[in-house]
Amino acid sequence: MAVWEALLELADDHLVLGHRISEWCGHAPMLEEDLAMPNMGLDLIGTARTLYDHAGKLEGKGRSEDDLAYLRDEREYRNCLLVERPNEDFAHTMLRQFYFAAFMRPYWLAALNSTDETVRGVAGKAEKEMAYHIRHAGEWVIRLGDGTEESAARMRDAVEALHIYVDELFDSSDAARDAEAAGVLPVRADLRATWERTVSEVFAEALLEQPKAAYAQRGGRQGIHNETLGHLLAEMQVVHRAHPGARW
Amino acid sequence: MYSQGLIGADGRTEETPEFLARFQKRIDAEEKIEPKDEMPEGYRRTLIRQIGQHAHSEIVGMLPEGNWITRAPSLRRKAALLAKVQDEGGHGLYLYSAAETLGVSREEMTEELLSGKAKYSSIFNYPTLSWADMGTIGWLVDGAAIMNQIPLCRCSFGPYARAMIRVCKEESFHQRQGYEIVMTLAQGTPEQKAMAQDSLNRWWWPSLMMFGPHDADSQHSDQSMAWKIKRFTNDELRQKFIDATVPQAEYLGLTIPDPDLKWNEDKGGYDHGPIDWDEFWRVVKGHGPMAKDRIKARKKAWDDGAWVREAALAHAEKRRARKIAAE
Repeated sequence: MAVWEALLELADDHLVLGHRISEWCGHAPMLEEDLAMPNMGLDLIGTARTLYDHAGKLEGKGRSEDDLAYLRDEREYRNCLLVERPNEDFAHTMLRQFYFAAFMRPYWLAALNSTDETVRGVAGKAEKEMAYHIRHAGEWVIRLGDGTEESAARMRDAVEALHIYVDELFDSSDAARDAEAAGVLPVRADLRATWERTVSEVFAEALLEQPKAAYAQRGGRQGIHNETLGHLLAEMQVVHRAHPGARW
Repeated sequence: MYSQGLIGADGRTEETPEFLARFQKRIDAEEKIEPKDEMPEGYRRTLIRQIGQHAHSEIVGMLPEGNWITRAPSLRRKAALLAKVQDEGGHGLYLYSAAETLGVSREEMTEELLSGKAKYSSIFNYPTLSWADMGTIGWLVDGAAIMNQIPLCRCSFGPYARAMIRVCKEESFHQRQGYEIVMTLAQGTPEQKAMAQDSLNRWWWPSLMMFGPHDADSQHSDQSMAWKIKRFTNDELRQKFIDATVPQAEYLGLTIPDPDLKWNEDKGGYDHGPIDWDEFWRVVKGHGPMAKDRIKARKKAWDDGAWVREAALAHAEKRRARKIAAE
C-alpha cells in the first residue's frame, strides 16, 4: 500500500467533516455559531485541499485535488464513519467535532516530526486549529451537558449515538501502517491515552459518562460506509460531474 | 450586502426648533453623532430602522448563497463561498451591534424580522438556481450594495459609518470574486456560458431595483439627505451602477437583458429601459418568489436553536452561582 492512500484517508476525513459542518451555515442556533461553524469548516476543507494535492502528486497520475474530491464514489471514499454522521442537532454536531479534534490535535502534534515536509507544514497549521476546535466544541459539550434538562438529555443521546464510531479513529489501515512505518504519519493507536484524557476532562465538567462500546462500528477505511455518505457526495459532486472537464 | 431601498422610514420628530437647529448645525459641520449624544427621535428611529434592515439583509442574505455551499463545483470555490457567507454573518453581527448603541436589542430586532414586521432587502427573495448565481450575486448584488455603502462610510452616525468601512472592504472583495466566477464561466464551455447569461438575465432587473424607487417616488429621501444618513439619491446611485457595470458585461461577452440600453453622449451615461415597478412593489410587500421560504428558514433556525440558547444561559447561571458559593 502506498503513502498517498493514507493521505487520501486523512483528506477524506477532513473534507467530509468540513462539508457536514458547513451544512449549518445560515441555520445555526445563534449568529455567533453562524460564524464559528464555517470557520471550523474552512479549517478542515483547507487541510483537505493540501492533503489531496499532495496525495495526487505522490500518486503520480496527474490527479488534482478536485479530481480526488469530486470524481470518486462512496466505495472509493476512505473517511472514518464518525465524520460522515449526519448533523442531527447541535449536540451531535458539537460532540462529533470535539471527538474528532481531540484525536487530530495530538495527531498533528506528533506529525510535526514527520519525514514528509508537506505533512510537517500541514501539521504546524492544523494542530493550532484543532486546539481551537477542542476548545470551542468542548465548551459547548460542557454547556449543553450541564445546561438544562433538555440539553443534557440531548447531549447524552449524542454520546450514545456517536461513541460506537470512536474506536475506528485509532485503527490504522494497511496504507496508514506503511505511512507510519516510513515515519510520514503518526501511529494512530498511540494517541488513545491523550484522547481519553481530553475527553474525560471535558465529560467530567459536562456531567457526562463515557460509555463502553458494546460493539465498535468500522468500515470507512475499506469504503464500507453508512448510507448517508452517498447522499453527501451526490450533493457535493453534482455540478462538477454534470460538466465533465469544465474549469471552475 | 444591502441596498438603500430603505422601506417605510418615518423621519417625523417632535423636538423644539432650537434643538433641531443645534443638531443640524453639527450635521452640517460634518461632526459624527455618537450613541450618547442628544439626537432627534426621528433620527434615532430612522437609523434603527435602516441599520436593522441592513443587518437583517445580511442575515437573510446568507440563505441564497448558503444554498450552494454544499454543491460548489471545486474545493477552491467551496472554501471561498463558505468564507463569503461567513462574512455576511459577520456584517450582520457588526450591524446589530451598531443598532444596539441606539437602544434596541438584537433579540428585539430578530423578533421583528421573524414576525415579518421588519423588512430586509428584497433581492434575497429571488431564488439561486445555478452555480452561476454565486458569481452574479457577487458581481451585481454586492456591486450594487457597494455603490450604496461607500457613501454610508461618511454617514453622520459614527458607529454605522465605522462599521461600513470594514463592510465595504469585504464587499469589494466579494464583488471581485463574483466577477471572477462569472468570467470563468463566460470563458468556459458553451453550457457554462449559457449558465452565466441566464443568471445575468434573471438578476439584472432585481439588481437595479435594489436602489429603490425613482427619486420622484421616494418618500423618505429628503430628511435622510438633510441628516446626512444618505448622501446620494436612488437614481444617482442606480446610474453610477449601470455605468460601471455595462462595460464589465461587454468585457465578458455577455448581454445585458435590456433592449433599450444605450449610451447617451449628452449625459455621459447609459439610458435604460423601464423598470417593472409592479414587480418591485410586489416583492417589497412580501410576495417575492422565496419570501415565505426565507422567513421560514430563519424561524426554523431560531426555534430549533432555542434549547441551545437556553442551555447556554442556564449553564452561565450555574457557573455564576457556583462562583458566588465558593467565595
